[in-house]
Amino acid sequence: MMEQIYLTIALAPLVGAIFAGFFGSLLGRMATNVVTIVGVLISTVLSLYVFNHHVLDGGEIFNQNLYTWMQIGELNVSVGFLIDNLTAVMLVVVSFVSLMVHIYTIGYMHDDAGYTKFFSYISLFTFSMFMLVMSNNFMQLFFGWEAVGLVSYLLIGFWHHKESAVEANLKAFLVNRVGDFGFLLGIALVLMYFGSLDYVEVFASLGNVAGVTMLDGASVITVICILLFIGAMGKSAQVPLHVWLPGSMEGPTPISALIHAATMVTAGIFMVSRMSPMFELSETALIVVMIVGAVTALFMGLLGIVQNDIKKVVAYSTLSQLGYMTVALGVSAYSVAIFHLMTHAFFKALLFLGAGSVIVALHHQQDIRKMGGLRKKMPITYWTALIGTLALIGFPGFAGFYSKDMIIEAVHFSQLPFADWVYVAVIIGVFITAFYSLRMFFLVFHGESRMDEHTASHVKESPFSITLPLVALAIPSVVIGYLTIDPMLFNGWLDNAITVAASHGSMASLQESFHGAGGMIAHALQTWPFWMMVGGIASAWLLTLHRAEWATWIQKKFHRSNYVLESLYGFDRFNDIVFVQGVKKLGNFLWKVSDSGLIDKLVVNGSARLVGFIGSMVRPIQTGYVYHYAFFMIFSLLIILTWVLFASDNPLLKIEF
Amino acid sequence: MVSLSDYLILSSVIFCIGLVGIFINRTNIITLLMCVELILAAVNTNFIAFSHFLGNEAGQIFVFFILTVAAAEVAIGLAILTLLFRVRGSIDVDVTNSLKG
Repeated sequence: MMEQIYLTIALAPLVGAIFAGFFGSLLGRMATNVVTIVGVLISTVLSLYVFNHHVLDGGEIFNQNLYTWMQIGELNVSVGFLIDNLTAVMLVVVSFVSLMVHIYTIGYMHDDAGYTKFFSYISLFTFSMFMLVMSNNFMQLFFGWEAVGLVSYLLIGFWHHKESAVEANLKAFLVNRVGDFGFLLGIALVLMYFGSLDYVEVFASLGNVAGVTMLDGASVITVICILLFIGAMGKSAQVPLHVWLPGSMEGPTPISALIHAATMVTAGIFMVSRMSPMFELSETALIVVMIVGAVTALFMGLLGIVQNDIKKVVAYSTLSQLGYMTVALGVSAYSVAIFHLMTHAFFKALLFLGAGSVIVALHHQQDIRKMGGLRKKMPITYWTALIGTLALIGFPGFAGFYSKDMIIEAVHFSQLPFADWVYVAVIIGVFITAFYSLRMFFLVFHGESRMDEHTASHVKESPFSITLPLVALAIPSVVIGYLTIDPMLFNGWLDNAITVAASHGSMASLQESFHGAGGMIAHALQTWPFWMMVGGIASAWLLTLHRAEWATWIQKKFHRSNYVLESLYGFDRFNDIVFVQGVKKLGNFLWKVSDSGLIDKLVVNGSARLVGFIGSMVRPIQTGYVYHYAFFMIFSLLIILTWVLFASDNPLLKIEF
Repeated sequence: MVSLSDYLILSSVIFCIGLVGIFINRTNIITLLMCVELILAAVNTNFIAFSHFLGNEAGQIFVFFILTVAAAEVAIGLAILTLLFRVRGSIDVDVTNSLKG
């Protein structure tokens, strides 16, 4: 019974995708979006049922192989489902956000020629993401991992007539390959040392591998964890593999919300949480995870301050929030990371869809310097964006407040080396988050209108299909933190999926200091993050609305730092010089020296020349004169006969005449 | 009494004349053919001499075959020569070197 439900969850969007993809142009727009939305709706309803069954009713963990994908020697690769509470939470988040984005797309892509294709892609994405989170083995995880990457690639380049979009999707594809290379190596090591790819089997034999070392003393577990984390760095856009995510904003906005904010980019967070029994065994890997997360959280947030493209600001905010989740993973607070993943999925999808609503209203104007004063004209977008922003900056009571505060507290309690520094980084991050979020918010919705006459006269609230998802996402952005913090973090919702070693005490300390969701709000006034946030809001207000000229002054005064930020720390330039130019030079070298010189000149032409040379040496023998041939024949005959006669005891020699 | 070695010496002399004729001949191909005939004659002489002194008639029968083959060979050779002359306008040995590599 449950098995059929799980299968339906995964396959309903696939059916929708196939219908929309192959028959979309036949069925027409209406039928296409009905088919795909119904598919995702079925998944959403069943996901809620599964959530109820597993998380609320405490149903048994479902772990079963459904189909043998391939069999190679001893290795059996299956398609199977592992459904526990972690999966159930992910299913609800993914299906709900996906459903909202499907509905939103009706309005957003209304005038686009690729309407049915777009629906096909997002349904396919939903299927891939389900396969990723429901997998019970590494191979299927990798399948889902690559499939979401593929759809991401297709959708970033959805407007393929734009050169920048094609460049961005190529970049996303290549950067993800770097991460996937590490991920695949990690999986290969798992297979090598554990002899299995099944999660449960691997986790069961962790004890046997724990002490094993490779390559002069590196712990196998540490190496595996770091390699898997490199995969997560690619997918979840952690420094230095983050460069593709801002570029991915070239895709249509619904995609930015679904794939590049709410779900796909959190696959890395999900994966590390899934592997928590393994990561818990390696202190080194956890420190790496924590530091990478902290660097991403702080420095990517800083970049959000200088961006002027509305989607880019939200994109850097996503990077920064992913950094927060990664930090939580690093300090062994996996459930907090998943908690933040969930709240972030709602409010960041909301923010992106809100940004999309503004973009549509302004006829695809994305520059926040050319907006302003939209509050009156787009009330629903305004209020939902306000909710999303407050949730993002962690305003007390909103969803992001609980999850982000918990991450900061978890870092505070962590005993890992460098945790103090990371604590400082995430606290500063709160200020920065508040600053860039409110700066964008004020510039878009408040102040004087900076739009041109023509656009300003046309601005109106977006249609129902766009505002409905905004409202539907705004509700969880407010309440989901308050409702789920207690059960999710401290009452064992995720206990059957996540393992925390006793020596990593962050979660235990958190539990001790936790006095209910209401208590957190009361306590907020006495905490650093709250005042950092207030400071961020105040400075954003000061520099955008109250004294806008100060911002220009600061920009001039600190032009060096401004330059560093505007050049995005030079990651792109570094990649361009070292990797792109380097590979080009290497390619040139290989072409000129190796291919053209070595193979063409030496091997191919060389062997022909060698034959020619030998031929030219031997050629004079062939004079063409008959008497020379005759001479050779007779002379050779003489030699042979002499040899036959004298070199052996030929009986003829003994004849006496 | 003429001994076997006399015959052999004679045939060797004929053979060498044929051989030298082939090597040092620089005039025309007919000479070449004639020299080949000389060599064959030397061989035939050997056959007959051995046949006689060993008392085995097989050698003399062989000579018939060789003569027949040699006749045919000369017929073909002369025919080729005629054609060669038509094509090249010469039967000079030094000119016929199309097989030169």
